[in-house]
Amino acid sequence: MDSILTLKGVSKDFPGIKALDRVDLSVRPGEVHALIGENGAGKSTLVKILSGVFPPTEGVITLEGKPISFRSPHESQAAGISAIHQEATMFPELSVTENIFMGHHLKARGIVGWRSMQERTRELLDSLQIKINPRAKVKTLSFAERQMVEIVKALSINTKIVIMDEPTSALTLREVEHLYTIIRQLAASGKAIIFISHKFEEIFEIADSYTVLRDGRWVGEGKVAEATVDTIVRMMVGRSLDQMYPKSEIPLGEVALKVEGLTRNGIFKDVSFELRKGEILGFFGLVGAGRSEVMRVVFGIDPADGGQISIDGKRVEIRSPSDAMRHGIALVPEDRQLQGAILPMNIRENTTLPIIGSLASRGVLRRDAETAVAQRYGTLLQVKSAGWEAAVNSLSGGNQQKVVLAKWLATEPRVLVLDEPTKGIDVATKATVHKFISDLAAEAIAVILVSSELPEILGMSDNIVVMHEGRITALMSRGEATPEKVILAATTSAGGERSSL
Amino acid sequence: MMGLLKRRETSLLVIILVVVAAVTFRAHDFLSPGNFEYILKDSSILVIVSIGQLLVILTGGIDLSVASTIGFTGMSVALLNKADPGIPLVIIVLISMVIGLALGSFNGMLVSVFNIPPIITTLGTLSIYRGFVIVLSGGTWVSADQMSAPFRDFPQGYLLGISNMISIAILISLVFAAFLYLTRTGREVYGAGGSPIAAQYVGINVKKINFLVFALSGILSGLAGYLWVAFYASAANDSATGLELQTIAACVVGGVSIMGGSGSIVGVLLGSIFLGIVKNALTVIRISPFWQVAIQGFVILLAIVVNTVLDRRAQASMLKRRVL
Repeated sequence: MDSILTLKGVSKDFPGIKALDRVDLSVRPGEVHALIGENGAGKSTLVKILSGVFPPTEGVITLEGKPISFRSPHESQAAGISAIHQEATMFPELSVTENIFMGHHLKARGIVGWRSMQERTRELLDSLQIKINPRAKVKTLSFAERQMVEIVKALSINTKIVIMDEPTSALTLREVEHLYTIIRQLAASGKAIIFISHKFEEIFEIADSYTVLRDGRWVGEGKVAEATVDTIVRMMVGRSLDQMYPKSEIPLGEVALKVEGLTRNGIFKDVSFELRKGEILGFFGLVGAGRSEVMRVVFGIDPADGGQISIDGKRVEIRSPSDAMRHGIALVPEDRQLQGAILPMNIRENTTLPIIGSLASRGVLRRDAETAVAQRYGTLLQVKSAGWEAAVNSLSGGNQQKVVLAKWLATEPRVLVLDEPTKGIDVATKATVHKFISDLAAEAIAVILVSSELPEILGMSDNIVVMHEGRITALMSRGEATPEKVILAATTSAGGERSSL
Repeated sequence: MMGLLKRRETSLLVIILVVVAAVTFRAHDFLSPGNFEYILKDSSILVIVSIGQLLVILTGGIDLSVASTIGFTGMSVALLNKADPGIPLVIIVLISMVIGLALGSFNGMLVSVFNIPPIITTLGTLSIYRGFVIVLSGGTWVSADQMSAPFRDFPQGYLLGISNMISIAILISLVFAAFLYLTRTGREVYGAGGSPIAAQYVGINVKKINFLVFALSGILSGLAGYLWVAFYASAANDSATGLELQTIAACVVGGVSIMGGSGSIVGVLLGSIFLGIVKNALTVIRISPFWQVAIQGFVILLAIVVNTVLDRRAQASMLKRRVL
């Protein structure tokens, strides 16, 4: 079949950076086309060009045989291209119906036709077997439901091409299955889907063809049926899978952190574990198992309802994050945009935020000292930026995550808690972060690694704690752990048995 | 029509009823038809101007210049009436709205064309417009006996047994409720304020909306300008000073989100009436005038806190039900 959308030699220059360099892309109606590439490979730039956020510097885009150029996101939508955004562009205070029809409200006798919009919304939701109340405010919906609403919105304006930018990154397994069903349905009805993802299982599950970008350049394309994970990884990063988890063997030291019977009513119960110097302790569980919540209590954000915490063998009271920091605990939170980095501030300011007091002399901040700290940890983590004065929101997701890491490393912690440190970042940055975690452990820092990615947990941990519904259901060593055992523990409840170390 | 009576508005209504019941317990004639009519009449101007404020706040902005706009249009039409008492009242009212439109459009232009934050823009024009009042009046005022009878009497008049002031407030409320709920542009006001980026994606002209709300707020303040000088039968240099804060309070008490994108006419009506009731009640139960302002502020905060807590509870229980 002929292509519905073709890009020929599309480039995009930003001051000092060539974000895209003569990229080609060709998408046919009725197919799911995976766009693959690491951070900074130019995927986001490409999506922004297609969705009309900015024009390409050079190159030709043709839609159904006609060359096109967009002056605004709205023009791109009107032409039939809908992007389902990573950071959903929705109206949280308004209803599902209104989110779908905002900008093109149906009219009846000159006024807004609420009834016909409600009916149309219901039809569209039903056609995809989505169970959402059209009158519900979007802010009351889950992330997955919001995404569904965005897809329905795309359908309501007769979209020909749907761009999904990492649509599964925040979904549970069941939600992902539902999304796949919907994507297949869309493709079957002749729509073209551009599917952006970092996860290979996904690409092999859902995509028909793929295009790989690296450093803003086109690297290759082909049919997914004829590809293997290894060929695609090689195209993306120029190296193979074995180098993803560079775990080094380190003799474990004394117990750095000991948690006994930690309880927070209604959230988690009776959580006990030990963490030794140089150890990487993996925390695995499904979304909602209570892993992050345990870490929030350990770090003093939320109060405990029972249990005790000891650092280096001494019992401590942690009532606030500053208590935790004083005891040498650092937490790199999961949601880097909400909790981790202060986006409008620059790299230097973000990095030195927790230790700002120690960088001042007689109450005046020493900028050179700040820059030195930012430079030291930024270089260590290979943060890619236009300089230490660059605003964090100008960085890619992976580099933002590195800045958050740098910020907590600057506090020189003895216990480092990493909550989903590689969520939403690409393979190459992941490998850097993994290498770095391994190096930290080698310096006798005790690391807790909370992750929902089983390969990461298995590949990086010395010991693994598995949680289910607020309780620890299993503890196993690196040698004992198999994917089956871990998944089993993560999906079955603790029963009557008390789990402890 | 469920959307018109949302949870937050309902809880505010309950709070109002509790206050009314408590005050009536202390002063039995508080609920008399005469006093109640007085409260509504006295709140009418606040309602009209607060609706303009609502529009601006819905877009995520704020209009601090409303009271100065009232002062300037009020003084203008009062001087006009003094100079030529023969000008028909309809023309006077139209002129007050046109002057308001001009002042509001100036705000709108600064905000949408020059991208100056609304709080800065209207902080500036608050002073500018108030300054114009003094320039225009030469520091004097227009008193009741310098106004023509029709000009002065209209706010005291009745039509079909309802005070003209109350009728106008009801009419304005209905018109703007219809605008916000039933027109595409009205819905786009919610869109532009709720998420400006999302609004751009669906092709809403956010600049146009930002301009429009300030222009509309200006028109409403202009209308209120005439009503103010006629109702109080005096056009002074400091007419309506401080009213901008009351309009913001009326919106916030009425559940309008100061972040934009959420709020309703019903909420603003209840919020304005709540402020009117509190003001009146403090006098009726003979609170020392020295204490009244402070207590008013305290009661406003209390209402907001109670309302917010109730709202959060309701949301939490909704989320819980979803999970189960």
